[in-house]
Amino acid sequence: MKEYQTITEISGPLVYAEVDEAIGYDEIVEIETAQGETLRGQVLESSEGVVAIQVFEGTSGIDQNASVRFLGETMKMPVTEDLLGRVLDGSGRPIDGGPEIVPEERQDIVGAAINPYSREYPEEFIETGVSAIDGMNTLVRGQKLPIFSSSGQPHSELAMQIARQASVPEEEGDDEEDEEGSEFAVIFGAMGITQEEANEFMEDFERTGALERSVVFMNLADDPAVERTVTPRMVLTTAEYLAFEKDYHVLVILTDMTNYCEALREIGAAREEVPGRRGYPGYMYTDLAQLYERAGRIEGREGSVTQIPILTMPGDDDTHPIPDLTGYITEGQIYVDPDLNSQGLQPPVNVLPSLSRLMDDGIGEGLTRADHADLKDQMFAAYAEGEDLRDLVNIVGREALSDLDNKYLDFADRFEAEFIDQGFDTNRDIEETLDLGWELVSMLPKDALNRIDEEFIEEYYHEDDSEQQVVESAD
Amino acid sequence: MSKAESTETTVEDGVIQSVSGPVVSARDLDARMNDVVYVGDEGLMGEVIEIEGNITTVQVYEETSGVGPGEPVENTGEPLSVDLGPGMLDAIYDGVQRPLDVLEGKMESPYLDRGVDAPGIDLEKEWEFEPTVEVGDEVGRGDVVGVVEETVTIDHKVMVPPDALEEGETTEVTAIEAGSFDVTETVAELANGTDVSMHQEWPVREARPTVEKRTPRQPLVSGQRILDGLFPIAKGGTAAIPGPFGSGKTVTQHQLAKYADADIIVYVGCGERGNEMTEVIEDFPELEDPANGNPLMARTSLIANTSNMPVAARESCIYTGITIAEYYRDMGYDVALMADSTSRWAEAMREISSRLEEMPGEEGYPAYLAARLAQFYERAGYFENVNGTEGSVSAIGAVSPPGGDFSEPVTQNTLRIVKTFWALDADLAERRHFPSINWNESYSLYKDQLDPWFEEHVEEDWAEKRQWAVDILDEETELQEIVQLVGKDALPDDQQLTLEVARYLREAYLQQNAFHPVDTFCPPEKTYLMLTTIETFHDEAFDALEAGVPVEDIVDTEAAPRINRIGVQEDYEEYIEDLKSAIADELRSLY
Ligand SMILES: Nc1ncnc2c1ncn2[C@@H]1O[C@H](COP(=O)(O)OP(=O)(O)OP(=O)(O)O)[C@@H](O)[C@H]1O
Ligand SMILES: [Mg+2]
Repeated sequence: MKEYQTITEISGPLVYAEVDEAIGYDEIVEIETAQGETLRGQVLESSEGVVAIQVFEGTSGIDQNASVRFLGETMKMPVTEDLLGRVLDGSGRPIDGGPEIVPEERQDIVGAAINPYSREYPEEFIETGVSAIDGMNTLVRGQKLPIFSSSGQPHSELAMQIARQASVPEEEGDDEEDEEGSEFAVIFGAMGITQEEANEFMEDFERTGALERSVVFMNLADDPAVERTVTPRMVLTTAEYLAFEKDYHVLVILTDMTNYCEALREIGAAREEVPGRRGYPGYMYTDLAQLYERAGRIEGREGSVTQIPILTMPGDDDTHPIPDLTGYITEGQIYVDPDLNSQGLQPPVNVLPSLSRLMDDGIGEGLTRADHADLKDQMFAAYAEGEDLRDLVNIVGREALSDLDNKYLDFADRFEAEFIDQGFDTNRDIEETLDLGWELVSMLPKDALNRIDEEFIEEYYHEDDSEQQVVESAD
Repeated sequence: MSKAESTETTVEDGVIQSVSGPVVSARDLDARMNDVVYVGDEGLMGEVIEIEGNITTVQVYEETSGVGPGEPVENTGEPLSVDLGPGMLDAIYDGVQRPLDVLEGKMESPYLDRGVDAPGIDLEKEWEFEPTVEVGDEVGRGDVVGVVEETVTIDHKVMVPPDALEEGETTEVTAIEAGSFDVTETVAELANGTDVSMHQEWPVREARPTVEKRTPRQPLVSGQRILDGLFPIAKGGTAAIPGPFGSGKTVTQHQLAKYADADIIVYVGCGERGNEMTEVIEDFPELEDPANGNPLMARTSLIANTSNMPVAARESCIYTGITIAEYYRDMGYDVALMADSTSRWAEAMREISSRLEEMPGEEGYPAYLAARLAQFYERAGYFENVNGTEGSVSAIGAVSPPGGDFSEPVTQNTLRIVKTFWALDADLAERRHFPSINWNESYSLYKDQLDPWFEEHVEEDWAEKRQWAVDILDEETELQEIVQLVGKDALPDDQQLTLEVARYLREAYLQQNAFHPVDTFCPPEKTYLMLTTIETFHDEAFDALEAGVPVEDIVDTEAAPRINRIGVQEDYEEYIEDLKSAIADELRSLY
C-alpha cells in the first residue's frame, strides 16, 4: 500500500491529494496527521493524478505533512450475530469496553439495490400496542414508516414504546416455522443526537432487557458530522445481515435523519456543488432512497427489515425538503403534533396527516379483523369532520350546530382523550383497539356510518350507547 | 445498442480519466453521442452524453464504486436501443430493459449486482409463427407478415421493420412458412433482400415513424367514476397526476393499469418504491383483465427502475417504456403507458446535468427540461401507423412536486403539454376522501370530443348529467365559504338542501374505494346511473321542499343514505331501481 504526502488543498471536510496510481471511486482512505492521529475518509471523486477525499472525523489537525493511505477497497462493516448486545460508535467501532468483534463477514456498506423482482410484498401485521398506529396507520413487517416530529417533542418516547411493545400476534398453524428461525432484534442508529437523548434510549434498553437483542450505533452531537453519512449505512448493513442471513426480524430506529441531511448539505457545500432546494444537494432524494429502500422482505428469506426513522422537521414544516423527500420515499409517516402534545396527549399522534401505505394489505380477516378497514375509514372521516367543526364552533357556538354535528364534535374529543391518549406505558392489543373504536363510532347514528359495511354494523355497533347519547344531548 | 446483439462491433477503446458517481469521463474514445459503451474492468453499461475534444463523458447505468482512472472504456458503436419482439409482455425490466427475473437467476442473489447483462427478450424461446401473407404478396414497411400468440390475451404481430423499405415502397414476399421459430430466425424473406425475424431493435430516444396523428375520439375508459364521469382521458391522450406525497398518484396509476380498457399496459416505475413494483408483480398475475378474464399480466409490460437503482437508468427508463409502447401501437393496439413519477425522471436529468456542470435553468433543472417533457408526451397520440392500421399510445404521468407546490418547473412544464389534469389534494387525502382528485382544479380538454362516444355507448344525456353534477359542486364550493363563517343552519332551506345533494355527490359518487372488491371498478353505465339516482333525490327533495316539508325532515329520511352504498353493489341496476322508487315514495309521503 502506497503512502502519499501530497495533500494540495484542504477545504471544510474535504482533502485533495495528488496520486500517481488509479484510485477507485468510493475507496476508503486513512490519513495520519503529524500528531500521529489516524482519520478515516472516502474518495468522493477520482481523476487522473488527483482525488477528492471526504474525511469522516473532520479535517482539523490535517496539514500538508499528513500522510494519505488508500486501502484499495470500499467501506465495509464487519458483521456477526455477536454484534447483538454491543454498543458501537458511528463508524462501527465498539465503545462499550467489550471484547473485540470477530466478524463472520465484512460487507460493503453501500448496499446493492434489492431486485424488485426478488422482494416479497410486506403484509404481516406488527402489533405495536399503540392504537393510533395499530388502529389507524398499521405497521407491517418490512415497512419503512418514519416519525415526523419537531424539536422538543416526545418522539423518542413513542419510538421506545414501539420498540418495547412490538410483536406479531401468533397465527395458529404456522407458529412452529416462525418460532424457530425468526427472532426479533432492534438496531438503533443515533446520528447527532445529544448524550441525554441517547441515555434515554440506553436506559430504556437496559431496563427492559432489550439491549441483549439490540445493536447500538452512536454518533452523538459532538461527534464528527461527516461520520453521520456513514452511520446509517453501517446500521442497515448490519440489519440486512441479521435479517436476510440470520433470519431475524429487525426493527431499525434511525434518529435523527435531519442531522444526517445536514451532514449531506455540509459536504455538498464544501464541494461547491450547485445546491438544490434550501441548500440541500439535488441528489438528496436518491441518497435518502438508498437508505430507506433497504427496508423490506425478500422472497425465500425468513427475516425482515422494518425501519422507523425519526426526523425533526425544521420549523415544524412538512414541506421542508427533509420531511418532503422522506415522505416521497417511505411507506407513510406518523406525525407527532405539538398541539396535541401541549394538550398532554400521550402519544401526541395526529392520525389525519399520518398514513401507512401498507396498511390495506396488512389488515382484515385473518390478519387483524374483518371490520378493521371499514372502521378506520369511518373513524378518519368522523374525526376529520369533528376537527373541521371545531373551527366553526368557535364562531357560532354549539347551539347553532345540528344534533349530528354536535355528535361529531363529541366524537373528536373522545377520540383524542380515549383512543389516542393511551399513555406511553399502555400496551393495547388489536382487539382492544378496535373495540374501543366501535365504542366511539357508536356515538354516531347508524346511517351516518356510510363507510362501514352493514354486516359489521350489525355485529359491532353498540345500540344502547347511541340511544344514551341522544338522551343526553336532548337535555 | 441492444443486448441481443454481440459486442463484436466494438470500435476503439478509451481510458477512464475521472469518476464522479454515475458520470465517468474517458480519454481517446472514438464515439458518437448516445453510443452505448462498456465502462471499466467490469464492463458496466453506459451511454455517451457529452463529447468535448478528446474527452468523452458517459453516464453509467450501474453503480460505479471502486471504478478508477486508467480502466478501459469500450465503445459498441450503437445507440441505446431496446429489443422488440414477443416476450415483452408479462415481463419486468430495469431502466435499460434488462429483465429482472433473468438477472436474479444470473446473479444468484436478490441484490442487483454489477456488470451482468441479459437481452430484453428471450433469444432461445420458440414461438408458433402463423403467416398472414403468402409468397408473392406485396408488402410495405411496417406491414404485418404473421402473428404469434405472445400471451393468452395478445397476438403479437410480426412486422416488416420500418427502415427496411422507403415510405410508399413495396416488395414481394419470396419465402414464408408457418412453424416454430426463435426470435432470431428468419420467418419471411423479401425480394429486396430483407430477412424478417420476430426481433427488431429500435433506438429508444427516437420516436418510431407513423403516417399521421389524428384527433382522438374514444375515451380510455378507466372504471374510475371521477375520471370517466368528470375528467375523461382519450385513447391516445395525455394526462398528468400531480400531488404531494401520499395523495394517491400511485394508487390511481395502478387503478388505470388494472381497469383501463387499453389492449396493452406499459407501466414504468421511475425512481419510486421497490414494494410498489412487487405489489404489481404479485397482484397482476392473479387479477382478471376486465375485458376477457385473463390474467392482467398477459397485457402488461413492467419497467422498474426504483429510487435506489442507478440514477442514469432512471433517466432512460421513460424512453425504454415509450418505445415498447410504440411497438405495440404499430401492431394496431391501444396502449396505455403510466409513468410514476416523471418528477424522478426530471431529477435524474438534473443530477446528470449538474455533474456535467451544465448551466442550470429554473431550480437547477437543465434548460432542456421543458423540451424533454414535450418530446415524451408528443410520442403519445392516436396515430395512423405506417402499415395503415390505427393505434394509440396514451401517456399518463405522475408528478411529485416538492412540498406539493404546483408552481414548480416539472408540474408547470407538464401542464403546458398535457390535456388532462388530475390535481390531487392533500386535504382530501387527509380526510381519506379517495381518490383525492380535486374537482375544482382538475380538467380534461378531451371532454367535448369524447361526449359523442359516451352518448352513443352509455346514454344520450351523458354530457347534460355531467354538467348538472358540476353545477351542484360549484354551488357547494361557494356555499361552503359562507358555511365556514356562519354555520349551515343560517343558510336558507333550499341552499341547505343543495349542500345535502352535493354531499351525496362527494361521498357516494366522487369517492371510490380502490380496495373494495366491487367499488374498485365502476363501469360507465354504473357511473351514469349513480348520478341519476342522486338527481332523483335532488328532484324529489326539492319538490318536497316546495310542498312545505321542512328541510330537516327531508334530510332525515331513510332511503337516501343508501345512495352511499351503490358503489359496493354488484347488482347495481336492480338496487338503483329500488332505491330510486324508495326515495320518491318516502319523500312524497311527507306531503
Ligand atoms: N382510490 C383510493 N382508494 C383507497 N385508498 C386510496 C386511494 N388512493 C389512495 N389511497 C390511499 O392513499 C395512500 C397513498 O396513495 P399513493 O401511494 O398512491 O400516494 P402517492 O401520491 O403515490 O404518494 P408518493 O408520491 O409518496 O408516491 C394509499 O396507500 C392508500 O391508502
Ligand atoms: Mg406514489
